[in-house]
Amino acid sequence: MTDTAVPPNLAEIIDDFAGVPDPQKLELLLEFADELPALPSRYDGHEEEMEQVVECQSPLFLAVELEDGTTGDDAPVSLFITAPPEAPTTRGFASVLSQGLDGLTARQILDVPEDIPSRLGLQKALTPLRLRGMSAMLGRIKRNVREQAGIA
Amino acid sequence: MWRNLATMTDTAEKFSQYAHPDRLVSTDWVAEHIGDEDVVVLESNEDTLLYSTGHIPGALKIDWHTELNDEVARDFVGPETFAELAASKGISPETTVVFYGDKSNWWAAYALWVFTLYGHEDVRLMDGGRDKWLAEGRETTREVPEVTRGEYPVRQRDDSTDRAAREDVLAALGTTPLIDVRSPKEYTGETTHMDGYPQEGTLRGGHIPTAASVPWAKAANEDGTFKSREELEAIYRDEAGLGETDSVIAYCRIGERSSHTWFVLKHLLGYQDVRNYDGSWTEWGNAVRVPIVLGEQPGEAPAR
Repeated sequence: MTDTAVPPNLAEIIDDFAGVPDPQKLELLLEFADELPALPSRYDGHEEEMEQVVECQSPLFLAVELEDGTTGDDAPVSLFITAPPEAPTTRGFASVLSQGLDGLTARQILDVPEDIPSRLGLQKALTPLRLRGMSAMLGRIKRNVREQAGIA
Repeated sequence: MWRNLATMTDTAEKFSQYAHPDRLVSTDWVAEHIGDEDVVVLESNEDTLLYSTGHIPGALKIDWHTELNDEVARDFVGPETFAELAASKGISPETTVVFYGDKSNWWAAYALWVFTLYGHEDVRLMDGGRDKWLAEGRETTREVPEVTRGEYPVRQRDDSTDRAAREDVLAALGTTPLIDVRSPKEYTGETTHMDGYPQEGTLRGGHIPTAASVPWAKAANEDGTFKSREELEAIYRDEAGLGETDSVIAYCRIGERSSHTWFVLKHLLGYQDVRNYDGSWTEWGNAVRVPIVLGEQPGEAPAR
């Protein structure tokens, strides 16, 4: 992958998906779903303080935090995402984005190409609606980062 | 065994009131029969990964998107593909195929309906679906069972008995009752999608003229099981005005929620001729030159 806008962790995940044959891509997504980290206690059970991504078919809640007092391009970003166990596909996407983007700077996240969902090669296995759900998730993350970091 | 005899009797009594009691099985029945040679249990979910997170031991997955829908045409897979699919899951023409799944069995009913189009005789739903199995604290596993291939003949799909196309619906306006099983807001035209599915919009909102609004969930109890015969008759025969009609067509947005209603009307209430219009609102709401009604009233059939 020569695309410099794809951050290293995310590029590695995309390579992982590219490296397995189609039937195993879903198994890989399931591994990601299993790995979605639990919410820290300040959010756990307080999903109302997070933002619901309504474009997803299942309840998905998202919180974006910038490191204390920082704004602008270089502000480090933390991501918190949760989805219920009965929605493993949504959890899988959330986990891919969380592992791929957590800890990056605001600018790095804003520069992530919009077509990341299609680079995972899941077009055959999943419905277009699902993939649009993941795009929506990325879109919401970027919008939050942009607003909080004060980047126009 | 923790099986509760009183519950089993209640279940048997509930099922016996339906028009075709043999189309439903209980979680107890599945627990007891899943190993049987002539029984195949299939899990059909909206979320394709859900089976892999843990399923009924011995159950196989069927994926409505990759296995039942054609990759190119907007239609179901063809006869050869279906026969191969069935055989690969250990199914032969005489096999009892039990479907269950998430979302109160929407997708299970959808898969069951497609098997019906292909003339598979013994199809059944597990009442309450996946959620009931889990709520009862029953065992699940991630282990995928080994399959002994079945032998399945290539048979033509019957697209006229249980399935309606757009032309059939147009021809039926004013003579055959229609049931719209979408949410009230989709029916009135206030929104073009159901809550939580905003990208599935259509160009026009509203409903097909004359259709009665009966959201699918009215047929289900809190735990996802079907309501009693008496309750279902009050909803469909009386409130929706189906009465003693012979024929009825159900539709929703893409044909999955209406498969659930098709099952209720055909197998639980015993209407003779029940068709599912699977083109549903994604087709009708985008079609040119078809009549649409806005608001809460069913509206009139257009003059011919």
